[in-house]
Amino acid sequence: MPEQTAYTADEMMTVAAARMVRNGVACFVGIGLPSAAANLARLTHALDTVLIYESGTIGTKPAVLPLSIGDGELSETADTVVSMVEIFSYWLQGGRIGLGFLGAAQIDRFANINSTVIGDYSSPAVRLPGAGGAPGIAASCGEVLITLRQNKRAFVEKLDFVTSGGYLEGGDSRERMRFPGKGPTAVITDLGILTPDPATKELVLTSVHPGVSVESVISATGWPLKVAPSVETTHAPTEDELAVLRDLQERTARAHSGQA
Amino acid sequence: MARILPLKEAVQEFVRDGDTVALEGFTHLIPFAAGHEIIRQERRNLTLVRMTPDVIYDQMIGAGCAAKLVFSWGGNPGVGSLHRLRDAVENGWPRPLALDEHEHAGMAARYAAGASHLPFGVLRGYLGTDLPTHNSNVKFIDCPFTGERLAAVPAIRPDVTIIHAQKADRRGNVLMWGVVGVQKEAVMAAARSVVVVEEIVDDLHAPPNSAVLPSWVVGAVCCVEGGAFPSYAQGYYSRNNAFYKGWDRISRERESFQAWMDRHVIGTADFEGFMKSLERHA
Repeated sequence: MPEQTAYTADEMMTVAAARMVRNGVACFVGIGLPSAAANLARLTHALDTVLIYESGTIGTKPAVLPLSIGDGELSETADTVVSMVEIFSYWLQGGRIGLGFLGAAQIDRFANINSTVIGDYSSPAVRLPGAGGAPGIAASCGEVLITLRQNKRAFVEKLDFVTSGGYLEGGDSRERMRFPGKGPTAVITDLGILTPDPATKELVLTSVHPGVSVESVISATGWPLKVAPSVETTHAPTEDELAVLRDLQERTARAHSGQA
Repeated sequence: MARILPLKEAVQEFVRDGDTVALEGFTHLIPFAAGHEIIRQERRNLTLVRMTPDVIYDQMIGAGCAAKLVFSWGGNPGVGSLHRLRDAVENGWPRPLALDEHEHAGMAARYAAGASHLPFGVLRGYLGTDLPTHNSNVKFIDCPFTGERLAAVPAIRPDVTIIHAQKADRRGNVLMWGVVGVQKEAVMAAARSVVVVEEIVDDLHAPPNSAVLPSWVVGAVCCVEGGAFPSYAQGYYSRNNAFYKGWDRISRERESFQAWMDRHVIGTADFEGFMKSLERHA
Protein backbone atom coordinates (compact mmCIF):
# COMPACT_ATOMS: atom_id res chain seq x y z
CA MET A 1 0.00 0.00 0.00
CA PRO A 2 1.34 3.41 -0.93
CA GLU A 3 1.49 6.07 1.73
CA GLN A 4 -1.71 8.14 1.84
CA THR A 5 -4.20 9.82 4.10
CA ALA A 6 -6.09 7.22 6.12
CA TYR A 7 -9.72 6.79 5.18
CA THR A 8 -12.49 4.31 5.92
CA ALA A 9 -14.08 1.82 3.54
CA ASP A 10 -17.34 3.79 3.77
CA GLU A 11 -15.54 6.98 2.76
CA MET A 12 -14.01 5.18 -0.23
CA MET A 13 -17.47 3.94 -1.22
CA THR A 14 -19.02 7.40 -1.00
CA VAL A 15 -16.18 9.02 -2.94
CA ALA A 16 -16.24 6.33 -5.65
CA ALA A 17 -20.01 6.71 -5.98
CA ALA A 18 -19.81 10.51 -6.10
CA ARG A 19 -17.30 10.39 -8.97
CA MET A 20 -19.88 8.64 -11.14
CA VAL A 21 -22.30 11.58 -11.03
CA ARG A 22 -21.82 13.57 -14.22
CA ASN A 23 -21.90 17.34 -13.88
CA GLY A 24 -25.21 18.80 -15.00
CA VAL A 25 -27.25 15.63 -14.73
CA ALA A 26 -30.67 15.72 -13.04
CA CYS A 27 -30.30 13.17 -10.26
CA PHE A 28 -33.14 11.58 -8.27
CA VAL A 29 -31.53 10.87 -4.90
CA GLY A 30 -32.35 8.18 -2.35
CA ILE A 31 -31.76 8.89 1.32
CA GLY A 32 -28.65 7.62 3.17
CA LEU A 33 -25.56 6.54 1.23
CA PRO A 34 -26.85 7.86 -2.15
CA SER A 35 -27.63 11.24 -0.62
CA ALA A 36 -24.12 11.55 0.83
CA ALA A 37 -22.54 10.61 -2.51
CA ALA A 38 -24.75 12.88 -4.62
CA ASN A 39 -24.09 15.85 -2.37
CA LEU A 40 -20.35 15.14 -2.33
CA ALA A 41 -20.49 15.20 -6.14
CA ARG A 42 -22.32 18.52 -6.09
CA LEU A 43 -19.70 19.96 -3.71
CA THR A 44 -16.70 18.72 -5.73
CA HIS A 45 -16.72 18.07 -9.49
CA ALA A 46 -20.43 18.21 -10.35
CA LEU A 47 -21.38 21.74 -9.30
CA ASP A 48 -24.31 22.00 -11.70
CA THR A 49 -25.92 18.69 -10.82
CA VAL A 50 -29.64 19.07 -10.16
CA LEU A 51 -30.49 17.10 -7.04
CA ILE A 52 -34.09 15.93 -6.76
CA TYR A 53 -35.56 14.22 -3.70
CA GLU A 54 -38.88 12.41 -3.78
CA SER A 55 -40.43 14.95 -1.41
CA GLY A 56 -40.80 17.07 -4.56
CA THR A 57 -37.75 19.24 -3.90
CA ILE A 58 -36.07 19.99 -7.24
CA GLY A 59 -32.62 21.57 -7.58
CA THR A 60 -32.00 21.42 -3.87
CA LYS A 61 -28.64 22.50 -2.42
CA PRO A 62 -28.58 21.37 1.21
CA ALA A 63 -25.71 22.61 3.40
CA VAL A 64 -26.13 19.53 5.61
CA LEU A 65 -27.29 16.04 4.63
CA PRO A 66 -31.00 15.57 5.27
CA LEU A 67 -32.01 12.89 7.80
CA SER A 68 -35.35 12.43 6.07
CA ILE A 69 -36.23 12.76 2.42
CA GLY A 70 -38.20 15.92 3.15
CA ASP A 71 -36.18 17.91 5.69
CA GLY A 72 -36.82 21.67 5.67
CA GLU A 73 -33.23 22.14 4.48
CA LEU A 74 -34.21 20.55 1.16
CA SER A 75 -37.22 22.73 0.42
CA GLU A 76 -35.55 25.94 1.64
CA THR A 77 -32.66 25.48 -0.78
CA ALA A 78 -34.64 24.10 -3.74
CA ASP A 79 -35.28 25.80 -7.08
CA THR A 80 -38.88 24.66 -6.79
CA VAL A 81 -40.99 22.36 -4.64
CA VAL A 82 -43.76 20.37 -6.30
CA SER A 83 -46.48 18.01 -5.10
CA MET A 84 -46.18 14.24 -4.89
CA VAL A 85 -48.44 13.75 -7.90
CA GLU A 86 -46.35 16.18 -9.94
CA ILE A 87 -42.91 14.81 -9.02
CA PHE A 88 -43.83 11.25 -9.93
CA SER A 89 -45.97 12.09 -12.99
CA TYR A 90 -44.42 15.04 -14.79
CA TRP A 91 -40.83 14.70 -13.69
CA LEU A 92 -40.07 11.01 -13.15
CA GLN A 93 -42.60 9.32 -15.45
CA GLY A 94 -42.24 12.29 -17.81
CA GLY A 95 -38.67 11.23 -18.51
CA ARG A 96 -36.99 14.38 -17.19
CA ILE A 97 -34.52 12.67 -14.85
CA GLY A 98 -31.23 11.34 -16.18
CA LEU A 99 -29.88 9.54 -13.15
CA GLY A 100 -31.43 7.64 -10.26
CA PHE A 101 -29.30 6.96 -7.21
CA LEU A 102 -30.51 4.15 -4.96
CA GLY A 103 -29.49 2.18 -1.90
CA ALA A 104 -30.80 -1.28 -1.03
CA ALA A 105 -30.95 -3.91 1.67
CA GLN A 106 -30.24 -6.73 -0.79
CA ILE A 107 -29.14 -7.06 -4.41
CA ASP A 108 -28.82 -9.98 -6.82
CA ARG A 109 -26.48 -10.65 -9.75
CA PHE A 110 -28.75 -8.79 -12.18
CA ALA A 111 -28.91 -5.69 -9.93
CA ASN A 112 -32.51 -6.27 -8.88
CA ILE A 113 -32.96 -4.93 -5.36
CA ASN A 114 -34.99 -5.82 -2.30
CA SER A 115 -36.03 -3.33 0.35
CA THR A 116 -39.35 -4.98 1.31
CA VAL A 117 -38.99 -8.20 3.33
CA ILE A 118 -36.53 -10.86 4.41
CA GLY A 119 -38.38 -14.16 4.33
CA ASP A 120 -41.92 -14.78 3.17
CA TYR A 121 -44.02 -11.70 2.32
CA SER A 122 -47.05 -12.75 4.35
CA SER A 123 -45.06 -13.82 7.43
CA PRO A 124 -41.70 -12.11 7.09
CA ALA A 125 -38.67 -12.76 9.29
CA VAL A 126 -37.83 -9.07 8.90
CA ARG A 127 -40.20 -6.45 7.62
CA LEU A 128 -38.18 -3.74 5.83
CA PRO A 129 -39.60 -0.28 4.99
CA GLY A 130 -40.69 -1.17 1.46
CA ALA A 131 -40.59 0.41 -1.96
CA GLY A 132 -41.04 4.16 -1.57
CA GLY A 133 -40.22 5.74 -4.88
CA ALA A 134 -37.56 3.18 -5.80
CA PRO A 135 -39.44 1.03 -8.36
CA GLY A 136 -40.30 4.13 -10.38
CA ILE A 137 -36.80 5.52 -10.08
CA ALA A 138 -35.30 2.18 -11.14
CA ALA A 139 -37.68 1.95 -14.10
CA SER A 140 -37.83 5.51 -15.40
CA CYS A 141 -34.56 7.36 -14.81
CA GLY A 142 -32.18 7.40 -17.78
CA GLU A 143 -29.75 5.28 -15.81
CA VAL A 144 -29.34 4.11 -12.22
CA LEU A 145 -26.47 3.90 -9.76
CA ILE A 146 -26.77 1.66 -6.71
CA THR A 147 -24.62 1.92 -3.62
CA LEU A 148 -24.56 -0.43 -0.64
CA ARG A 149 -22.10 -2.27 1.59
CA GLN A 150 -20.97 -5.63 0.25
CA ASN A 151 -21.41 -8.83 2.25
CA LYS A 152 -23.15 -12.17 1.84
CA ARG A 153 -26.32 -11.02 3.58
CA ALA A 154 -26.71 -8.18 1.11
CA PHE A 155 -25.37 -9.77 -2.09
CA VAL A 156 -27.60 -12.81 -2.37
CA GLU A 157 -28.16 -15.66 -4.81
CA LYS A 158 -31.92 -15.09 -4.76
CA LEU A 159 -33.92 -12.14 -3.46
CA ASP A 160 -36.83 -12.90 -1.15
CA PHE A 161 -38.71 -10.07 -2.84
CA VAL A 162 -37.93 -7.96 -5.89
CA THR A 163 -38.79 -4.39 -4.88
CA SER A 164 -37.19 -2.62 -7.83
CA GLY A 165 -36.16 -4.11 -11.14
CA GLY A 166 -32.62 -4.01 -12.45
CA TYR A 167 -32.00 -6.41 -15.32
CA LEU A 168 -34.63 -8.91 -14.09
CA GLU A 169 -33.55 -12.34 -15.43
CA GLY A 170 -30.63 -10.84 -17.36
CA GLY A 171 -30.01 -10.66 -21.10
CA ASP A 172 -32.74 -8.66 -22.85
CA SER A 173 -35.43 -9.29 -20.21
CA ARG A 174 -35.47 -5.64 -19.12
CA GLU A 175 -35.84 -4.44 -22.71
CA ARG A 176 -38.66 -6.88 -23.32
CA MET A 177 -40.55 -5.41 -20.34
CA ARG A 178 -40.15 -1.99 -22.02
CA PHE A 179 -38.75 -0.11 -19.05
CA PRO A 180 -38.28 3.53 -20.06
CA GLY A 181 -34.76 3.80 -18.55
CA LYS A 182 -31.75 1.67 -19.43
CA GLY A 183 -31.13 0.38 -15.90
CA PRO A 184 -28.27 0.16 -13.39
CA THR A 185 -24.91 1.10 -14.88
CA ALA A 186 -22.81 0.54 -11.75
CA VAL A 187 -23.00 -0.84 -8.24
CA ILE A 188 -20.58 0.90 -5.90
CA THR A 189 -19.73 -0.89 -2.65
CA ASP A 190 -17.26 -0.52 0.20
CA LEU A 191 -15.06 -3.09 -1.54
CA GLY A 192 -15.19 -2.19 -5.20
CA ILE A 193 -17.26 -1.40 -8.29
CA LEU A 194 -19.43 -3.82 -10.26
CA THR A 195 -20.80 -3.12 -13.71
CA PRO A 196 -23.23 -5.14 -15.84
CA ASP A 197 -21.88 -7.30 -18.67
CA PRO A 198 -23.13 -5.70 -21.92
CA ALA A 199 -24.77 -8.92 -23.15
CA THR A 200 -25.74 -11.05 -20.15
CA LYS A 201 -26.32 -8.02 -17.84
CA GLU A 202 -24.76 -9.96 -14.97
CA LEU A 203 -22.75 -7.81 -12.56
CA VAL A 204 -19.00 -8.12 -13.08
CA LEU A 205 -16.31 -6.93 -10.66
CA THR A 206 -14.42 -4.28 -12.61
CA SER A 207 -12.63 -2.35 -9.89
CA VAL A 208 -11.44 -3.04 -6.35
CA HIS A 209 -10.73 -0.30 -3.87
CA PRO A 210 -7.08 0.08 -2.73
CA GLY A 211 -6.02 -2.69 -0.36
CA VAL A 212 -9.00 -4.93 -1.22
CA SER A 213 -8.27 -8.28 -2.87
CA VAL A 214 -10.43 -9.77 -5.61
CA GLU A 215 -10.77 -12.90 -3.45
CA SER A 216 -12.22 -10.93 -0.56
CA VAL A 217 -14.87 -9.40 -2.85
CA ILE A 218 -15.74 -12.87 -4.17
CA SER A 219 -16.12 -14.19 -0.64
CA ALA A 220 -18.37 -11.24 0.30
CA THR A 221 -20.75 -12.16 -2.53
CA GLY A 222 -23.52 -14.73 -2.24
CA TRP A 223 -23.23 -15.94 -5.83
CA PRO A 224 -20.17 -16.98 -7.91
CA LEU A 225 -19.05 -13.46 -8.78
CA LYS A 226 -17.80 -12.83 -12.31
CA VAL A 227 -14.51 -10.94 -12.42
CA ALA A 228 -13.29 -8.77 -15.32
CA PRO A 229 -10.16 -10.02 -17.14
CA SER A 230 -8.22 -7.03 -15.82
CA VAL A 231 -9.57 -5.57 -12.60
CA GLU A 232 -8.68 -1.95 -12.00
CA THR A 233 -7.81 -0.43 -8.66
CA THR A 234 -10.02 2.49 -7.69
CA HIS A 235 -8.12 5.74 -7.14
CA ALA A 236 -7.92 6.43 -3.42
CA PRO A 237 -9.87 9.45 -2.21
CA THR A 238 -8.00 12.69 -2.77
CA GLU A 239 -7.35 14.99 0.16
CA ASP A 240 -9.88 17.40 -1.28
CA GLU A 241 -12.60 14.74 -1.62
CA LEU A 242 -12.00 13.56 1.94
CA ALA A 243 -11.95 17.07 3.36
CA VAL A 244 -15.23 18.02 1.67
CA LEU A 245 -16.93 14.76 2.70
CA ARG A 246 -15.78 14.98 6.33
CA ASP A 247 -16.77 18.60 6.55
CA LEU A 248 -20.23 17.74 5.22
CA GLN A 249 -20.66 14.87 7.65
CA GLU A 250 -19.44 16.92 10.60
CA ARG A 251 -21.91 19.72 9.80
CA THR A 252 -24.64 17.11 9.42
CA ALA A 253 -23.92 15.43 12.76
CA ARG A 254 -23.99 18.81 14.50
CA ALA A 255 -27.26 19.77 12.85
CA HIS A 256 -29.02 16.50 13.74
CA SER A 257 -27.99 16.28 17.37
CA GLY A 258 -30.28 19.09 18.60
CA GLN A 259 -32.18 18.25 21.77
CA ALA A 260 -35.43 16.31 21.49
CA MET B 1 -67.88 26.21 5.05
CA ALA B 2 -65.32 24.84 7.48
CA ARG B 3 -66.20 25.11 11.13
CA ILE B 4 -63.47 26.17 13.51
CA LEU B 5 -63.47 23.57 16.27
CA PRO B 6 -61.26 22.39 19.12
CA LEU B 7 -59.30 19.33 17.91
CA LYS B 8 -60.88 17.05 20.53
CA GLU B 9 -64.37 17.84 19.23
CA ALA B 10 -63.33 17.52 15.60
CA VAL B 11 -61.92 14.02 16.20
CA GLN B 12 -65.03 13.04 18.18
CA GLU B 13 -67.28 14.11 15.35
CA PHE B 14 -65.23 13.27 12.25
CA VAL B 15 -63.40 10.01 13.05
CA ARG B 16 -65.40 6.84 13.67
CA ASP B 17 -64.44 3.26 14.46
CA GLY B 18 -63.85 1.29 11.27
CA ASP B 19 -63.19 4.38 9.15
CA THR B 20 -60.64 4.66 6.38
CA VAL B 21 -58.50 7.50 7.66
CA ALA B 22 -55.70 9.33 5.87
CA LEU B 23 -53.33 11.48 7.95
CA GLU B 24 -51.14 12.90 5.20
CA GLY B 25 -48.07 15.11 5.15
CA PHE B 26 -44.88 13.94 3.44
CA THR B 27 -42.20 14.30 6.16
CA HIS B 28 -43.40 17.89 6.54
CA LEU B 29 -46.64 18.98 8.33
CA ILE B 30 -47.45 15.56 9.78
CA PRO B 31 -50.61 15.84 11.92
CA PHE B 32 -49.19 14.42 15.15
CA ALA B 33 -51.63 16.29 17.40
CA ALA B 34 -54.58 14.77 15.53
CA GLY B 35 -53.06 11.29 15.62
CA HIS B 36 -52.59 11.56 19.37
CA GLU B 37 -56.19 12.63 19.81
CA ILE B 38 -57.36 9.56 17.84
CA ILE B 39 -55.26 7.42 20.20
CA ARG B 40 -56.72 9.15 23.29
CA GLN B 41 -60.24 8.64 22.02
CA GLU B 42 -59.47 4.94 21.44
CA ARG B 43 -60.65 4.68 17.86
CA ARG B 44 -60.42 1.08 16.64
CA ASN B 45 -60.42 -0.99 13.41
CA LEU B 46 -59.20 1.91 11.34
CA THR B 47 -57.80 1.48 7.85
CA LEU B 48 -54.86 3.87 8.01
CA VAL B 49 -53.71 5.40 4.72
CA ARG B 50 -50.41 7.24 4.36
CA MET B 51 -47.63 7.15 1.79
CA THR B 52 -45.04 7.15 4.58
CA PRO B 53 -46.52 5.85 7.87
CA ASP B 54 -43.78 7.64 9.88
CA VAL B 55 -43.70 7.76 13.68
CA ILE B 56 -47.33 8.89 13.93
CA TYR B 57 -48.68 5.64 12.45
CA ASP B 58 -46.11 3.65 14.43
CA GLN B 59 -47.74 5.14 17.54
CA MET B 60 -51.30 4.54 16.30
CA ILE B 61 -50.54 0.94 15.24
CA GLY B 62 -48.81 0.20 18.55
CA ALA B 63 -51.76 1.72 20.41
CA GLY B 64 -54.13 -0.71 18.66
CA CYS B 65 -56.06 1.75 16.45
CA ALA B 66 -55.36 0.05 13.11
CA ALA B 67 -56.65 -3.06 11.34
CA LYS B 68 -55.12 -2.27 7.97
CA LEU B 69 -52.36 -0.11 6.54
CA VAL B 70 -52.33 1.35 3.02
CA PHE B 71 -48.84 2.68 2.31
CA SER B 72 -45.74 2.81 0.14
CA TRP B 73 -42.79 3.29 2.53
CA GLY B 74 -42.90 2.29 6.19
CA GLY B 75 -39.67 3.30 7.88
CA ASN B 76 -38.34 5.85 10.35
CA PRO B 77 -36.76 8.22 7.80
CA GLY B 78 -32.97 8.21 8.02
CA VAL B 79 -33.07 6.10 11.19
CA GLY B 80 -34.34 2.62 10.30
CA SER B 81 -37.36 0.54 11.20
CA LEU B 82 -40.72 1.52 12.61
CA HIS B 83 -40.63 -1.09 15.36
CA ARG B 84 -44.33 -1.02 16.21
CA LEU B 85 -45.27 -1.45 12.54
CA ARG B 86 -42.81 -4.32 12.33
CA ASP B 87 -44.13 -5.96 15.48
CA ALA B 88 -47.68 -5.81 14.08
CA VAL B 89 -46.64 -7.30 10.72
CA GLU B 90 -44.13 -9.84 12.03
CA ASN B 91 -45.93 -10.89 15.25
CA GLY B 92 -49.48 -9.57 15.07
CA TRP B 93 -48.99 -7.32 18.13
CA PRO B 94 -51.10 -5.70 19.48
CA ARG B 95 -53.27 -7.10 16.67
CA PRO B 96 -52.68 -8.33 13.14
CA LEU B 97 -52.28 -5.66 10.49
CA ALA B 98 -53.40 -6.21 6.89
CA LEU B 99 -51.25 -4.49 4.27
CA ASP B 100 -52.18 -2.80 0.99
CA GLU B 101 -48.69 -1.96 -0.19
CA HIS B 102 -47.62 0.18 -3.14
CA GLU B 103 -44.86 2.28 -4.62
CA HIS B 104 -45.02 6.06 -4.09
CA ALA B 105 -46.06 6.80 -7.68
CA GLY B 106 -48.96 4.39 -7.28
CA MET B 107 -50.16 5.97 -4.03
CA ALA B 108 -49.97 9.43 -5.63
CA ALA B 109 -52.01 8.14 -8.58
CA ARG B 110 -54.56 6.59 -6.20
CA TYR B 111 -55.08 9.88 -4.35
CA ALA B 112 -55.28 11.85 -7.61
CA ALA B 113 -57.94 9.42 -8.86
CA GLY B 114 -59.83 9.79 -5.58
CA ALA B 115 -59.74 13.58 -5.80
CA SER B 116 -60.88 13.38 -9.44
CA HIS B 117 -63.69 10.97 -8.53
CA LEU B 118 -62.36 8.44 -11.02
CA PRO B 119 -62.46 4.71 -10.22
CA PHE B 120 -58.73 4.18 -10.71
CA GLY B 121 -55.42 5.82 -11.43
CA VAL B 122 -53.16 4.81 -14.29
CA LEU B 123 -49.38 4.97 -14.44
CA ARG B 124 -46.34 3.44 -16.05
CA GLY B 125 -45.47 1.77 -12.79
CA TYR B 126 -44.94 -1.45 -10.83
CA LEU B 127 -42.53 -2.58 -13.58
CA GLY B 128 -40.33 -5.47 -12.54
CA THR B 129 -41.46 -5.41 -8.91
CA ASP B 130 -43.07 -8.27 -6.97
CA LEU B 131 -45.67 -5.91 -5.44
CA PRO B 132 -48.50 -6.91 -7.86
CA THR B 133 -47.97 -10.58 -6.96
CA HIS B 134 -48.93 -9.81 -3.37
CA ASN B 135 -51.50 -7.07 -3.87
CA SER B 136 -54.75 -7.47 -5.80
CA ASN B 137 -55.03 -3.65 -5.78
CA VAL B 138 -52.46 -3.51 -8.57
CA LYS B 139 -53.67 -4.62 -12.01
CA PHE B 140 -52.43 -4.11 -15.55
CA ILE B 141 -54.43 -2.77 -18.45
CA ASP B 142 -53.74 -2.14 -22.12
CA CYS B 143 -53.88 1.46 -23.29
CA PRO B 144 -56.89 1.70 -25.67
CA PHE B 145 -54.93 4.04 -27.96
CA THR B 146 -51.39 2.64 -28.10
CA GLY B 147 -51.74 -0.83 -26.63
CA GLU B 148 -49.06 -0.07 -24.03
CA ARG B 149 -49.38 -2.12 -20.86
CA LEU B 150 -49.95 0.18 -17.90
CA ALA B 151 -50.58 -0.26 -14.19
CA ALA B 152 -54.00 0.53 -12.74
CA VAL B 153 -54.61 1.18 -9.05
CA PRO B 154 -57.97 1.87 -7.38
CA ALA B 155 -58.85 5.37 -6.20
CA ILE B 156 -58.40 6.17 -2.51
CA ARG B 157 -61.55 7.74 -1.08
CA PRO B 158 -60.93 8.14 2.67
CA ASP B 159 -63.88 8.52 5.02
CA VAL B 160 -61.82 11.24 6.61
CA THR B 161 -58.55 12.96 5.77
CA ILE B 162 -56.64 14.95 8.36
CA ILE B 163 -53.75 17.21 7.42
CA HIS B 164 -51.69 19.88 9.13
CA ALA B 165 -51.08 23.27 7.47
CA GLN B 166 -49.40 26.53 8.35
CA LYS B 167 -52.42 28.81 8.70
CA ALA B 168 -56.11 29.43 8.15
CA ASP B 169 -58.17 32.58 8.15
CA ARG B 170 -61.25 33.07 10.34
CA ARG B 171 -63.53 31.76 7.61
CA GLY B 172 -61.56 28.52 7.45
CA ASN B 173 -59.59 29.02 4.22
CA VAL B 174 -56.31 27.11 4.58
CA LEU B 175 -52.84 28.03 3.31
CA MET B 176 -49.81 25.75 3.19
CA TRP B 177 -46.39 25.88 1.57
CA GLY B 178 -43.10 24.00 1.34
CA VAL B 179 -43.26 20.22 0.85
CA VAL B 180 -46.99 19.83 0.17
CA GLY B 181 -46.93 16.10 -0.60
CA VAL B 182 -50.40 14.76 -1.37
CA GLN B 183 -52.23 16.84 1.25
CA LYS B 184 -54.43 18.60 -1.26
CA GLU B 185 -55.37 15.41 -3.12
CA ALA B 186 -56.03 13.59 0.16
CA VAL B 187 -58.46 16.29 1.30
CA MET B 188 -60.19 16.50 -2.08
CA ALA B 189 -60.55 12.69 -2.18
CA ALA B 190 -62.14 12.40 1.27
CA ALA B 191 -65.77 12.44 2.35
CA ARG B 192 -64.85 14.48 5.43
CA SER B 193 -61.76 16.50 6.28
CA VAL B 194 -60.04 18.17 9.19
CA VAL B 195 -57.15 20.63 8.87
CA VAL B 196 -55.02 21.43 11.90
CA VAL B 197 -53.14 24.73 11.60
CA GLU B 198 -50.37 26.55 13.43
CA GLU B 199 -52.37 29.78 13.63
CA ILE B 200 -55.61 31.42 12.61
CA VAL B 201 -55.17 34.88 11.09
CA ASP B 202 -57.33 37.67 9.73
CA ASP B 203 -55.83 37.54 6.25
CA LEU B 204 -53.82 34.74 4.60
CA HIS B 205 -51.99 37.19 2.29
CA ALA B 206 -51.81 34.31 -0.21
CA PRO B 207 -50.41 35.20 -3.63
CA PRO B 208 -52.24 33.74 -6.64
CA ASN B 209 -51.43 30.05 -7.26
CA SER B 210 -50.66 29.45 -3.59
CA ALA B 211 -51.63 26.09 -2.13
CA VAL B 212 -54.94 27.20 -0.68
CA LEU B 213 -57.79 24.91 0.31
CA PRO B 214 -60.92 27.06 0.23
CA SER B 215 -63.07 26.85 3.33
CA TRP B 216 -65.92 25.13 1.51
CA VAL B 217 -63.89 21.95 0.75
CA VAL B 218 -62.75 21.61 4.37
CA GLY B 219 -64.91 20.19 7.17
CA ALA B 220 -63.21 21.55 10.26
CA VAL B 221 -60.22 23.72 11.06
CA CYS B 222 -58.47 23.29 14.42
CA CYS B 223 -55.68 25.45 15.76
CA VAL B 224 -52.90 23.57 17.55
CA GLU B 225 -49.66 25.50 17.71
CA GLY B 226 -46.70 23.12 17.27
CA GLY B 227 -49.09 20.27 16.43
CA ALA B 228 -46.85 18.81 13.73
CA PHE B 229 -43.97 18.16 16.18
CA PRO B 230 -41.67 16.20 15.85
CA SER B 231 -42.11 16.77 12.12
CA TYR B 232 -41.98 20.40 11.07
CA ALA B 233 -43.95 23.35 9.83
CA GLN B 234 -41.86 25.41 7.45
CA GLY B 235 -41.66 29.00 8.58
CA TYR B 236 -42.57 27.99 12.17
CA TYR B 237 -40.23 25.28 13.45
CA SER B 238 -37.75 22.68 12.15
CA ARG B 239 -37.98 18.92 12.06
CA ASN B 240 -36.79 17.51 15.36
CA ASN B 241 -34.37 14.94 13.99
CA ALA B 242 -33.15 14.09 17.49
CA PHE B 243 -36.69 12.98 18.42
CA TYR B 244 -36.85 10.70 15.36
CA LYS B 245 -33.52 9.17 16.37
CA GLY B 246 -34.69 8.79 19.98
CA TRP B 247 -37.92 7.10 18.86
CA ASP B 248 -35.88 4.08 17.77
CA ARG B 249 -34.98 3.33 21.38
CA ILE B 250 -38.41 4.15 22.85
CA SER B 251 -40.32 2.04 20.33
CA ARG B 252 -38.03 -0.98 20.13
CA GLU B 253 -39.66 -2.86 23.01
CA ARG B 254 -43.39 -3.13 23.75
CA GLU B 255 -42.91 -2.19 27.41
CA SER B 256 -40.91 0.98 26.79
CA PHE B 257 -43.33 2.00 24.05
CA GLN B 258 -46.38 1.50 26.27
CA ALA B 259 -44.82 3.32 29.20
CA TRP B 260 -43.95 6.26 26.94
CA MET B 261 -47.43 6.38 25.37
CA ASP B 262 -49.14 6.09 28.78
CA ARG B 263 -47.05 8.87 30.21
CA HIS B 264 -46.95 11.36 27.36
CA VAL B 265 -49.99 10.73 25.14
CA ILE B 266 -52.72 8.72 26.88
CA GLY B 267 -51.93 10.31 30.23
CA THR B 268 -52.16 13.88 28.94
CA ALA B 269 -55.29 15.86 28.04
CA ASP B 270 -54.13 17.43 24.80
CA PHE B 271 -51.12 18.32 22.68
CA GLU B 272 -50.05 21.11 24.98
CA GLY B 273 -50.06 18.61 27.83
CA PHE B 274 -48.02 16.20 25.68
CA MET B 275 -45.36 18.83 24.97
CA LYS B 276 -45.16 19.81 28.64
CA SER B 277 -44.88 16.17 29.64
CA LEU B 278 -41.98 15.70 27.23
CA GLU B 279 -40.26 18.75 28.70
CA ARG B 280 -40.77 17.55 32.27
CA HIS B 281 -39.22 14.19 31.50
CA ALA B 282 -36.45 15.44 29.21
